[in-house]
Amino acid sequence: MGIAADLLDGKTAAGARAISWLDDGDPRGAEVIKRIFAGTGRAHVIGITGPPGAGKSTLTNMIVGELRARDKRVGVVAIDPSSPFTGGAILGDRVRMARHTLDPGVFIRSIGTRGAAGGLSRSTHDACLVLDAMGFDMVIVETVGVGQDEIDVVNLAHTTVIVGVPGLGDEVQAVKAGILEAGEIFVVNKADRDGYEAARRQFELMLHLREQSRPAETWTPPLLRAVASAREGGVEIVDAICAHRAHLDATGGFERRSGLREREQALALLRERLARRAIAHAGDSILAEVEARRLDPYSAVERLTGQES
Amino acid sequence: MADYQGRRLRVLLAKLGMDTHTVGITIIGHALREAGMEVIFTGLKQTPEMVVAAAVQEDVDVIGISTLSAGHTRSLPKLARLLREAGAEDKLLLAGGVIPEEDKPILLEAGVGKIFTMGTDTRDIVRFLEQWWAEKQAAETV
Repeated sequence: MGIAADLLDGKTAAGARAISWLDDGDPRGAEVIKRIFAGTGRAHVIGITGPPGAGKSTLTNMIVGELRARDKRVGVVAIDPSSPFTGGAILGDRVRMARHTLDPGVFIRSIGTRGAAGGLSRSTHDACLVLDAMGFDMVIVETVGVGQDEIDVVNLAHTTVIVGVPGLGDEVQAVKAGILEAGEIFVVNKADRDGYEAARRQFELMLHLREQSRPAETWTPPLLRAVASAREGGVEIVDAICAHRAHLDATGGFERRSGLREREQALALLRERLARRAIAHAGDSILAEVEARRLDPYSAVERLTGQES
Repeated sequence: MADYQGRRLRVLLAKLGMDTHTVGITIIGHALREAGMEVIFTGLKQTPEMVVAAAVQEDVDVIGISTLSAGHTRSLPKLARLLREAGAEDKLLLAGGVIPEEDKPILLEAGVGKIFTMGTDTRDIVRFLEQWWAEKQAAETV
């Protein structure tokens, strides 16, 4: 297959087409993954996540610039929400990264969530594998704006950067927010704004509680400040990313996370395929019974899986 | 609710040069999203080289250029030529905005697939794209 060989050669158009196939669920995408998988596992996958308006794209742009200054080739997967009603999407993350467009050491791909919850698309994992196989040293995954627990990126990335901004809410919100329990690097962006000190204190409180509840954790998450629009803080963030990579390497965490990620992906694919197979066997009529409220969802699943009691 | 199965038309929308009028391109972007398409915005002040690089990385089917100031008789033919050089001539190139009647033959000759001038109903653009897309998919499955 030409596309797999071409993308292993680092050809941009081939990698771009493979990502389209994977995004569309085209069977050719799965064939590409089978052929390139052995050539993957090298790229350091970095998640960038945080609430809407935290400045994730601008921050990503700054991090890409700093990584390029250190001679790293960088792939970016930027995710924006698809409309749940029309399936269409406005993908605008590139706008903030336009200065990297002509750099052959940077590949930016915009992806719509296409119905997936959790802050990513179903294809994000595979898009990372493609960029990995193309030889990018780092792959940055920028999630959609997340709320309290859309943190799938944590399972995908080796290092997750949580981005917050001043004025997000009170301490209860910070404690509830699952995104503060995850992640290895914390950044308060827009640090030149009013409320920076309060936001910083909230993050510190959360990190303190987290440290107490996880005495065995050997990585201490740094809390950094940034003004990404003025390109302030990029050096410190990339230093922290590299420090976390060194920590992973020293503890075997890099391979462990990479392995767990593929295991999760296999389980996700299995769930999808089993569900499809179950529905293909008279599933529509059983689901119609549920829709008409003549059958409860539990009984429906028992019938669909042939486990009627 | 939307059905997310299968292919989805991807459209890159861009403005070339110093032209900073964004109302038209924003309205069209939203109209295409409402029609179920994926719209990639690249921002202002793009060069033809940047548009081609972004279009290849994004693997879009369609490139829409909005132009409301002069310069399109140079920049659009250059964009079409760069697309051919990148092996991306299968992407449909559209132009919209303020385009004088006498410029149209130059642009169409250079490789612009279709021109939508000021006042075009967004529904006409959606219909045109849906028809082009249906024909292209039919041709691919033969």
